[in-house]
Amino acid sequence: MPTFVYMTRCDGCGHCVDICPSDIMHIDKSLRRAYNIEPSMCWECYSCVKACPMNAIDVRGYADFAPLGHSVRVHRDEEKGTIAWRIKFRNGKKDMDLLAPITTKPWGTGIPKLANEAAPSREMRGSQLLFNEPKYIRMDEGGLHTLESNGLQIKEGVYY
Amino acid sequence: MFTSNPFSALSASIPSEVMQGYIILMVLLVIGGTILDMIHKKSAKYFFENAARAQKNAKRTVSGGEKVGLAISTVASEILTSSEFCNPMRRLSHLLTMYGFIILAVTTAIMIFGYPTPETPAPAILPQLWHTGAIMLCLGGYWFWFVIRVDVSAEGLSWFRLERADLFILSLLSTATFALIWSYMQSSQGATTWTTIFFALFILSSTVLFGGVYWSKFAHMFFKPAAAFQKKITKADGSMENMPAIYELSDPEVHKRFPDVPEYMGKNPPNMGLGIKREAPRHY
Repeated sequence: MPTFVYMTRCDGCGHCVDICPSDIMHIDKSLRRAYNIEPSMCWECYSCVKACPMNAIDVRGYADFAPLGHSVRVHRDEEKGTIAWRIKFRNGKKDMDLLAPITTKPWGTGIPKLANEAAPSREMRGSQLLFNEPKYIRMDEGGLHTLESNGLQIKEGVYY
Repeated sequence: MFTSNPFSALSASIPSEVMQGYIILMVLLVIGGTILDMIHKKSAKYFFENAARAQKNAKRTVSGGEKVGLAISTVASEILTSSEFCNPMRRLSHLLTMYGFIILAVTTAIMIFGYPTPETPAPAILPQLWHTGAIMLCLGGYWFWFVIRVDVSAEGLSWFRLERADLFILSLLSTATFALIWSYMQSSQGATTWTTIFFALFILSSTVLFGGVYWSKFAHMFFKPAAAFQKKITKADGSMENMPAIYELSDPEVHKRFPDVPEYMGKNPPNMGLGIKREAPRHY
């Protein structure tokens, strides 16, 4: 279920507007606070939730994740390099805190250089797969990729 | 202009009791407007319901002394220095506007109640402060209006596109602007028709400012500190509005509970840099 904004927390800074991949987080022209203009187009990527410096954006999670009425809140602290989640069931009895290092690439560096890629062949265009799909989602290389399996370590700047 | 009390010269045409009555009326209008605003938006109801919910989820009790400490830090941080603004330009503009307004309002009241006529001359510092306050308000306010206002700078909408939400800033700006023009006209030309016109505009703007609390965002100056204090309480009592706790990454307890942290980041992780905050949002 889509994101929503706590109006009392939002200060209209616009980080969510910048980061939303669907371009559906906008600033309301009268209230000057962010809101989701098209909730049905929100795919709950949590980008805006993590980007909001005021923690003003929340998501009502699906029932396949935890019984309805639960709360899933996240705090992505890039200066510490960690991401913390808290999942709380509606009866309050199950209350889990999780903390992990951020393992995504630093802001602005994960942009694929598609211009350097070879154009798709006729065979690739006729295929059901998307452009470079087996390679990009790495289904063709066997097991799950981890930092350890690739001999990598997290460095300052949240990258590896 | 800067050293003359504009209200004492005015007492020749308007009795000082009328001016004092106007100030009292404006204070009553602000109180009434704020109460009506709270009833209409149910903001107080929401606030206390939210506070009660937070207290139910609290992991520890916050002592009275701690609450006083949090109140002091709210005053020092959120109220006096507007620390909630991430954008330094917005913060500076807000500080100029806020302090300008406070200085202007307080010196107006002191001059009207304490030094209402030419027989009771005000110390030179008071009119100086009054003018400085109005100039600060204009600086911060016009900066906000023409440059910072989110949909103007981000969505390319013209500055003269008005919304009801602009009632507060526009009445504030017109009050300060007309006050300065009126004071200038009075000191340079005396009681002319133009002086009267600008005085009338000044009074009209300030009446809209203080009388329009119900429709404007004037009352945010009362709600925001309360909300900031409540936010600090939820952090102190561990309810955190259901947000995850803030961990100290060098703490051995944290290492034991979340072994991924020391394994991948070391026992004393360095600062990883600003991340998304390196770029100011541009709303695109």
